[in-house]
Amino acid sequence: MRFWHFCEQSMHTAWAKIDGPTKVTVPNSFCDPKLAHEFYNRYLDEWMIADELGYDIMVNEHHASANCMSSSCTLTLAILARQTKNARLVALGIPIANRTDPYRVAEEIAMIDVISGGRFEVGLVKASPFELVLSNQNPTRIMERFWEGHDFVVKALTHVGAPFSWEGEFYQYRNVNLWPRPLQQPLPPMWMTCSSEKNARIAARLGYVCATFFNGPKTKQLFDSYKDEFLKVHGKPAPADRLGYLAISVCGHNDAQVEERYNKVKTYLDTQPRTPKGWINPPGYESVELNAGALKSGKKGRINFGLPENPTRQDMAEGGIFFAGTPDQLYKQYLDFQRKVGGYGQVLMLGQAGYLDHAETVDSMTLFAKEVAPRLREAVKNGVEAEAVAA
Amino acid sequence: MFLKPLPDRITAGGVEFELMTKGEGKSLLFLHGPLGVDADDPLVARLAKSNEVIVASHPGFGLSSRPDFVSTIDDVVYAYLDLVEAMDLKDVTLVGASIGGWIAAELAVRGSDRFTKLVLIDPVGVKLGSREERPIYDVFGLTNDELPDMYFGSRDSGLAAMHDLKFPDFPEAAAVRHARNRETLSLYGWAPTLYNPKLLQRLHRIKAPTLVLWGDKDRVVGVAYGQQYAAAISGAKFEVIPGVGHLGYYENPDEFGRRTQAFLSAGRSR
Repeated sequence: MRFWHFCEQSMHTAWAKIDGPTKVTVPNSFCDPKLAHEFYNRYLDEWMIADELGYDIMVNEHHASANCMSSSCTLTLAILARQTKNARLVALGIPIANRTDPYRVAEEIAMIDVISGGRFEVGLVKASPFELVLSNQNPTRIMERFWEGHDFVVKALTHVGAPFSWEGEFYQYRNVNLWPRPLQQPLPPMWMTCSSEKNARIAARLGYVCATFFNGPKTKQLFDSYKDEFLKVHGKPAPADRLGYLAISVCGHNDAQVEERYNKVKTYLDTQPRTPKGWINPPGYESVELNAGALKSGKKGRINFGLPENPTRQDMAEGGIFFAGTPDQLYKQYLDFQRKVGGYGQVLMLGQAGYLDHAETVDSMTLFAKEVAPRLREAVKNGVEAEAVAA
Repeated sequence: MFLKPLPDRITAGGVEFELMTKGEGKSLLFLHGPLGVDADDPLVARLAKSNEVIVASHPGFGLSSRPDFVSTIDDVVYAYLDLVEAMDLKDVTLVGASIGGWIAAELAVRGSDRFTKLVLIDPVGVKLGSREERPIYDVFGLTNDELPDMYFGSRDSGLAAMHDLKFPDFPEAAAVRHARNRETLSLYGWAPTLYNPKLLQRLHRIKAPTLVLWGDKDRVVGVAYGQQYAAAISGAKFEVIPGVGHLGYYENPDEFGRRTQAFLSAGRSR
């Protein structure tokens, strides 16, 4: 079981000052570069502490956002490749369908892997719909672009020998020659993010880690699809480390402290909907069927993460959105959720978000690492979480 | 607008076109705008009183197919050339609105002698202004609810044209049609946003008598853009129609029909 510390590197101090969307169209006058300097370095410090505490590290990427200043996940990971010693480093993910130069992507992956000593893990993702506004890539045919980019990156990373050429529909290169080659052979471990059973099956066929974010209890169906396909294609059960789940995770010494930290972090969830309305779903990003269905039903898709209105801390935990508690409470919440979805080995933890300050973040991370992680590992080793599933 | 599919099918250039032929007289090929077309189109109905109107959904719009190799307006233009040749249409008037106007202008510069008159209604397709200016509104950032306001002279007339957006009350096919139209517009027009960087330099090739009509409340491309567009076409007439927006022919089909017919009925000499 691996525990991955994740943070979006936000400038949350700007949220209250901004009127309207906090990303894409928000004027960058709201970005104070001096504050950004402090925040970036603080978050990097927290990842280094995570490394010392035995966590692994997850970094994401967004653009033009006060919610996430990680405009290049590979840049952040390059810094951490040099500054951490033990943690695995996962990019989740590189928005390959938004990048016009997959050769450059492959080069960055190889450099990080080599500098880190072979600790890199690569998630190639479709990215959020509004990211297309920044990259200016076409919302339509995004998955065709994604797969050609993916296939190219995999070939570039695994090819050893004289340069090869690529005359694809979306990308053309006369001379592809990866220097350096990645340290991990044949290539670093690959991840995908999935929210549909179709994509979970694709990930299973490829043998990639299938990670899902804030997907709730229905993740069970997603993971079951993965396991079903994996068994069919590879002839053996999918190891638990093929499945990953992300939720917010905050730990405190007592209930009052948990409540205080919970409220500070919850502001992150309130900021998520602050996207320009017209860019939530650029035409072509979602399928015609899905868009037509939404028009016909008049519904706007999953609201509020599928939680009831005004969710309590318990709703949040049971919904797999926000695990917040004392070590005992967190142990139970995680175990319950593991049982609910059939188990997963990659525990992705949004451990800093919103107004949780540095001291609180470090304290929460340390408490979890010392008093929750070992118990969860033990429980899984003894098959505790599997018992309930079999029942 | 998205309720009544066109009744006929013709395959040309690898595309199965959804198509309708209405009226009698000289051939008039109608090229629809970004929200698609259906069998009840009000301007088509008026033009069909004095012309044989052929109207199709562009590849990827309505029920027209879109093979993989049709992914740009350039491809759409060649599909229409194939269609016109398959139907052996001659002495054709092209009437195009918005993106249909872009397609019409592209057809007209290609050098075919089948097209003898051109009517452009608030066309897009040309890049004007410097690299730091975007005179064509970014329609891709509009929610469905905002379409009536931006595409028409007023929200009320927009809602009237768009059936109050009451998709839950209509058959699923209407929602599919609208969603597909929006997606295909993205495919062809996302970036560069609704223009071909080369078209302006090619407009001098248009020899056919040309009428350019513009709604004075067009919020997608303004009157000034229209004036420059028309000025790039030798001898083109430019007329502003008051009180209507980008898809003004839904708001005042009588006026658009009258002006178009007057232009078509006028002598051939310029």
